[in-house]
Amino acid sequence: MCKHLKELTLIDENGKRSDDRGIDDLRQIKITVGVVKNADGSAFIEFGKNKIIVAVYGPREVHPKHMALPDRCVLRCRYHMSPFSTDTRKNPAPSRREVEISKVMRESLEPSLILSDYPRAVIDVFVEVLQADGGSRCAGINAASVALADAGINMRDLVSACASGRLGDNIVLDINDLEDKEGDADMPVAYLPNMDQITLLQLDGKLSPNQFNECLNKAIHGCKLVYEIQKEALMKKYFGNEMELKEEV
Amino acid sequence: MSSSKRSTIIVEQLRKQQMLESLSRGKRLDGRNFESYRDLEIEIGIIDKANGSAKVKLGNTEVLAGVKVETGEPFEGLENKGALIMSAEVLPTASSHVEPGPPDEEAIELSRVVDRGVRESKMLDLDKLSLIPGKIVYTIFVDCSIINSDGNLLDATSYAVVSALLTCKLPVYEVQGDKVVDTGNIMPPPITTIPISVTAVRIGDSVLLDPTMEEEACMDARLTITTQSDGDLVALQKGYTGPFAITEILRSAEIARIKGEEIRSKIKGLNETG
Repeated sequence: MCKHLKELTLIDENGKRSDDRGIDDLRQIKITVGVVKNADGSAFIEFGKNKIIVAVYGPREVHPKHMALPDRCVLRCRYHMSPFSTDTRKNPAPSRREVEISKVMRESLEPSLILSDYPRAVIDVFVEVLQADGGSRCAGINAASVALADAGINMRDLVSACASGRLGDNIVLDINDLEDKEGDADMPVAYLPNMDQITLLQLDGKLSPNQFNECLNKAIHGCKLVYEIQKEALMKKYFGNEMELKEEV
Repeated sequence: MSSSKRSTIIVEQLRKQQMLESLSRGKRLDGRNFESYRDLEIEIGIIDKANGSAKVKLGNTEVLAGVKVETGEPFEGLENKGALIMSAEVLPTASSHVEPGPPDEEAIELSRVVDRGVRESKMLDLDKLSLIPGKIVYTIFVDCSIINSDGNLLDATSYAVVSALLTCKLPVYEVQGDKVVDTGNIMPPPITTIPISVTAVRIGDSVLLDPTMEEEACMDARLTITTQSDGDLVALQKGYTGPFAITEILRSAEIARIKGEEIRSKIKGLNETG
């Protein structure tokens, strides 16, 4: 039955996907900066049907104190899904999946930050998934990187993330929820656009060596598109009025 | 801040410097080439009470995997498939850094990455492990204990799991109405392919396979690549705090296929000798 469903809906004869996108199209992305008043930095991202809010606190004093590092800042990251964010209610206690995603998310952000500028301090990144639609770790990384910039943390680059994957013989960009469940491979990638380095790479599913190359290139292309949207969102918050003035002139 | 912490950091930096110097001359501190593994020893069937077991020694890293088979309800959404459940625990025996307690982030990542290789490659044909569709299926537990830790737990655990699954024996059940009865017979598991993980770490500009604990203490980034028997990639996991260049990733994927095949042929041989 699954097989039938897959052929029926994942990709049609015109190359259109279940949500009417082509194989190289991203979902609709919207990032808003500075949405949590109390936070030092924050961002809200809508990535397809994903709705994720990220708040950054810090650099601030570390609790418990023994966690502090004398030569650099500690980065902590919590990825959490709200109980109402999924089809069947998600138990609010952190799952093994959330523990793993928190870890890879932190590791994907860390290379972009100059943590040696804040010894003995901590930066906390809280990623709350309000609605999940496949690709929430990538969407979360995109919002988190923007929120870190909004918090004024010293950075080498933004981190841009996007998944690619395989539906039958097609390598496609930005896997959605249905494609994640019914497709053949899902490969999330996070990328430093100016440094040309990969900071997150995972794969679930089968790819031949050639498909892997194609998939990696496609994901990086997606990351570059996301990067433009991230920059625009930051520009809008910090130079918004100037931009409007220019348009009026 | 205690002064002991400051001195640890100085020692760490000195150790990294020494490591980088040695690597720049093309040598690892234990004398291996960048792309060679430590000695790999696999012993199977050492736990009589388990349906399958394997002990893997990779250098000084030692991991034990045990398979226990039960019957139970299927997972939601996978009503006609057997259930596969994996766990890993770094025992307090493994090193002086480990404290007993619930699995931490590292242990959770470890078992999830090993699980991903087995699950995504469909090593076990779970469709063949359903007894009464939607009601009763085989439930296969694979639990791993890390006995001694000297780096590259990911690969050692992956080889232990794959060896234990490959050589395990499943009880044969008979369906009687809405119940299943153990017939007392055993059968080999439905194996379709052998997933093998290969882990590379980057230290400075050097990419090494099968890192020791000492090398892991100096690493910038880690990449685990799992391939199946036909050479296709089935799972990837980048770990640790540094980035990778694209060329390093593509080269590592190439090496993972070649190295993976070497290790696979060793594991394949287990069934014939055992």
